[in-house]
Amino acid sequence: MSEPLLEVSDLQVYFPVYGKGLVPRHINDVKAVDGVTFQVGRGETLGLVGESGCGKTTTGLAVLRLIEPTGGSVVFDGVDLSTLDKRDLRLLRKRMALIFQDPYASLDPRMSIGAIVGEPLEIHRLTQTRADRDDRVGELLELVGLSPDYRNRYPHEFSGGQRQRVGIARALATEPDFIVCDEPIAALDVSIQAGIMNLLEDLQDELGLTYIFIAHDLSAVQHFSDRIAVMYLGRVVEVADRVALYETPQHPYTAALLSAVPVPNPAVQRTRQRIILEGDVPSPLNPPSGCSFHQRCPKAFEPCPHVDPALRTTKRDHDVACHLHDPALSGAAGA
Amino acid sequence: MTVAPSTPMERLPEKPVSRSREIWQTLIANRLAVAGLVVLALLVLMAVLAEVIAPFGINDIDIPNRLTGPSMSHWFGTDDLGRDVLSRVIIASRVSLQVGFIAVGFALAFGVPIGLVAGYYRGKTDSILMRLMDILFSFPAILLAIAILAVLGPGIRNAMVAIGLVYTPIFARITRGSVIVVSEEVYIRAARSLGARDGRIIFRHILPNVLAPIIVQTTLSLAFAILSEAALSFLGLGVQPPNPAWGRMLAEGRNFFQQAPWMGIFPGVAILVTVMSFNFVGDGLRDALDPKQKSVIESRGQSV
Ligand SMILES: Nc1ncnc2c1ncn2[C@@H]1O[C@H](COP(=O)(O)OP(=O)(O)OP(=O)(O)O)[C@@H](O)[C@H]1O
Ligand SMILES: [Mg+2]
Repeated sequence: MSEPLLEVSDLQVYFPVYGKGLVPRHINDVKAVDGVTFQVGRGETLGLVGESGCGKTTTGLAVLRLIEPTGGSVVFDGVDLSTLDKRDLRLLRKRMALIFQDPYASLDPRMSIGAIVGEPLEIHRLTQTRADRDDRVGELLELVGLSPDYRNRYPHEFSGGQRQRVGIARALATEPDFIVCDEPIAALDVSIQAGIMNLLEDLQDELGLTYIFIAHDLSAVQHFSDRIAVMYLGRVVEVADRVALYETPQHPYTAALLSAVPVPNPAVQRTRQRIILEGDVPSPLNPPSGCSFHQRCPKAFEPCPHVDPALRTTKRDHDVACHLHDPALSGAAGA
Repeated sequence: MTVAPSTPMERLPEKPVSRSREIWQTLIANRLAVAGLVVLALLVLMAVLAEVIAPFGINDIDIPNRLTGPSMSHWFGTDDLGRDVLSRVIIASRVSLQVGFIAVGFALAFGVPIGLVAGYYRGKTDSILMRLMDILFSFPAILLAIAILAVLGPGIRNAMVAIGLVYTPIFARITRGSVIVVSEEVYIRAARSLGARDGRIIFRHILPNVLAPIIVQTTLSLAFAILSEAALSFLGLGVQPPNPAWGRMLAEGRNFFQQAPWMGIFPGVAILVTVMSFNFVGDGLRDALDPKQKSVIESRGQSV
C-alpha cells in the first residue's frame, strides 16, 4: 500500500436507544460500528463489503464526520478530524465527498441540476462570477457524460443513471481527493451499472482520486478495488490486498461470501463449494459474546463463543480477526 | 479534464411537464377551487376599489329612510340610521381582508421560523419552543383572542395582533412537522457533506421543501382569521364604530332581525362567501400540492 491518505482506528458508532416514559432512559446502544480499523492509500480504492445492516454506511458517514463517532480516530492526510472545529471541518469538506446509494433521494427536488452541481462551488466560493460558475457547472456535467444544456432541468426529469451522474458531478465540483462511494450502483438498472462503474474508474485514473467503495457483495468490488475490507456486524473481520483476499481468504465469513461470487471459468465454478451460512445476522443491539460470527461459523471451536478475536496481521498486508489464525491458538484449531 | 462519457447520453424528453404547471392543472380542474379563486379575485378587486364602487358614503345618515328594504336605490336596504347597507358591506370587505392578511402574515412571520428552528435543531430548543406553542394552542382560539384584547384593549390593530398570536402555533406545528421529515432526507445529508452551513440548509433546502403545507395552511387560516375578526367585531372588540365591519354589522342587525333582516343577512352572506372561498381554494391547493392529504371537510367528517 502506498502512503495512507486515510487512517481509521478502532472507530465506534453507537446509536443510543431510549426507553419510553416521561423521562426517557438510556437503556441500550445499537453498536452499528464497533471497532473498525483500516487504512486507505493515496490514489487507491478500498472496497468495503458486508451484508445489509453491518454498518458500512455508518462507517462511511463517521469517516467523513457526518455523524459523530462514539470512539476511535480518523486521520485524514495527517490531520485527526476530531481535533478540528466546525469551521475547519467545513473547509476540509472541499477535499472529501460522498456519492450516495439512492440517486432518487440524494438530489434536492426543488433545485435545478445547475444549482445542485453549482452548490459546492458557491459554498466554498470557488468561482467568482455567475458566468464562471455556469462555465464550471457545464464542464462538470460534460465530465460525467451529461449535456451542459441540462443545467436548467430538474431531477425528476432524469433517469436513475443520469441522476447518479449529477450526484457524481456534484461530488467532483470542489476537486476532492477522497470520495466515499456508498453503493453507487446498487439502486440502478443492471444495464446502466457498468456505465457508472466505468465512469468512476475513469475519473479515478484521470483525477487521481482515492475511494472507499461500499458494496454488499464481493463481485461488485472485485475488479475495482486495490484492497478490500470485509465487515461483519460492525467490525472489520478481514482486510487484504484484492488478490490475496480472493486467492487465500482467511476468515470463514470471507470464504462464505466468496463462494457466492460466480466464477467465469465453469470448471472452477463446478469444483467450488458453495458455503451456505446458517441463521441470520445477529442484532447489533445485542451482539453475541466472543466472536460475533461464532454462531454461524462452520469452523467455530472452543475459544470462539468466549473470546473476541482481535484484528491481527497474519501475512504482509493481510489482517484478519479470527482465532483460527491466531498462532497462540493454532494448535487447538485442529478441526 | 476530459473523460469520455462511458455510455452514450440518453436523450431527455423535449418538453418536460413542469411541476408548477401540473399543480395549476390539478387546481383548475377542481370546480370549487376555481369558483373560490374567482370570488376571491372579485373580493380583492372590490376591497381595492371600495370607495369608487360604493354608491353611498358609509356614514351618510338618512333617518327618514331608516330600515327600508332592498330597493333600486338601496340594493341591500338601509340600517337603523338610514345608512346604505351595500356601501357598508363593500367598505367593510377592506377591513376584513386587511385584518385577515395582516394577522395571518403575523402568524407566518413568527410561526414558520419557530417551526424551522424547533424542527431542525430538535432537543432542548425544540422542547421549549413547542411547549410555549402548546400553551398558546391549548386555549380555544376565540377565548385566547378575547383574553389578549382584554389586556391590549379593543381596536383593529390589537385584533390583528391577537388573531396573529392565536394562529402562530398552528404554523409552528405544521412547519416543524414537515421540517422533521425533510431533515431526514438524503439530500440534506448531501448538502451537509458539501460543507453547507445550517442557514443554507434551512433556507435553501428545507424551507422550499416544506412550503406546500404552509401555503395550504395560509389559505385556510385566512378563512379562519376573517371569521375570528368577524367574531371579535361582533363582540365589540375589533373594529370600532362608526367604521363598518361585517361582524359588527351582524351584531347590530341582530336587534332588528324581525323588522329588517337584510341588516344582518347581507354582511352574514359576505362572511360566509369569503370564508368558503378561502376554504375551497385551500382544499384545492392541498389536493394539487399533495394528493395524499385529506381535505379539511373529509377529515372533519372522520373525526366526528
Ligand atoms: N440513525 C440511526 N439510529 C439507530 N440505528 C441506526 C441508525 N443508522 C443506522 N442504524 C443501525 O445501524 C446498523 C448499521 O446500519 P448501516 O446503515 O450502516 O448498514 P449498512 O451496512 O450500510 O447496510 P445497507 O447495506 O442496508 O446499506 C443497522 O442495524 C441500522 O439499523
Ligand atoms: Mg448502507
